[in-house]
Amino acid sequence: MVIRETPQGVIERPRSAVIRDGLGVGVAVGLSGFAFGVTAAGSGISVLQACALSLLVFTGASQFALVGALAAGGNPFTAAAGAFFLGTRNAFYGLRLSQLLALPKAVRPLAAHWVIDETTAVALAQPGRKSARLGFTVTGLTLYVLWNLTTLLGALGAEAIGDTTVWGLDAAGPAVFLALLAPMVKGPTERAVAALALVLGLGLLPVLPSGVPVLIAALAAPAVLWMKGRRS
Amino acid sequence: MNVWIAIGLTVVGCYAVKLAGLLVPVGALERPAVRKLSALLPVALLAALTAQQTFSTGHELVLDARAAGLAAAALALLLRAPFLVVVGVAVLVTAGLRAVTG
Repeated sequence: MVIRETPQGVIERPRSAVIRDGLGVGVAVGLSGFAFGVTAAGSGISVLQACALSLLVFTGASQFALVGALAAGGNPFTAAAGAFFLGTRNAFYGLRLSQLLALPKAVRPLAAHWVIDETTAVALAQPGRKSARLGFTVTGLTLYVLWNLTTLLGALGAEAIGDTTVWGLDAAGPAVFLALLAPMVKGPTERAVAALALVLGLGLLPVLPSGVPVLIAALAAPAVLWMKGRRS
Repeated sequence: MNVWIAIGLTVVGCYAVKLAGLLVPVGALERPAVRKLSALLPVALLAALTAQQTFSTGHELVLDARAAGLAAAALALLLRAPFLVVVGVAVLVTAGLRAVTG
């Protein structure tokens, strides 16, 4: 790998390597908008609504959670609350990015829309500010364009094929959640939170209104932290 | 109409938290407890959502072809398969099992 010194003494990576990183992540994850489009259409929301979500929400887990909750018959407020809590992690990505990228004030409202798992991962993996900005932009642009394009194709495709369950497409949503969850479960604390949330989510499902059990399951996070704090 | 209300709330909420991260002064959200909680909230939500969307229909707990699909996805994750392969395997196994069992 070729490395260059910038005037500030930070070793930057070559632009081509950063662009390759961004394109790789952007294309791979961008294509999974297809799964979202199909899942959304299978949940009974329109093509226009699926596209509006991908254009304006643009954070995958929240989008999948929202259409899943609506499909299960949840009311709009509990459904949106679940999606919102999943999106709160982006605030913490923004914190780290704002120091790293040092964006001008005028650009921040635009850049904010692209503050998600993937752009943060690529930007944080870069050694200096210039390559971090480039990585963030390339990943964000690639992912935004592809995610929206494939959402449209997926939603149209699902309408064309009719019953999505025959094609096993109702398994796409949970598989996406599992793939997002897996890298986050790093130690005993995460495992305890996941296990408690699973029990609460399934156990309360038959007895509480749709969408509410997920919100109660979210309390597994503070509960486990509190128990850990008491023990130490 | 309900769907549009849910979409509107989600659009505003999700954009607000993204923007907040870029705008709030450094240090405001940097307390260790807040950071830990924000890292663990998605773990709890994703675990509950995965379980619910695999093992339920409406308000009933069910065990059907989706469970096999998710098991296949878990195996693909253990083998470090790319994201799209993980999702693809879950869909294929679920569809395959339904085709076989009718």
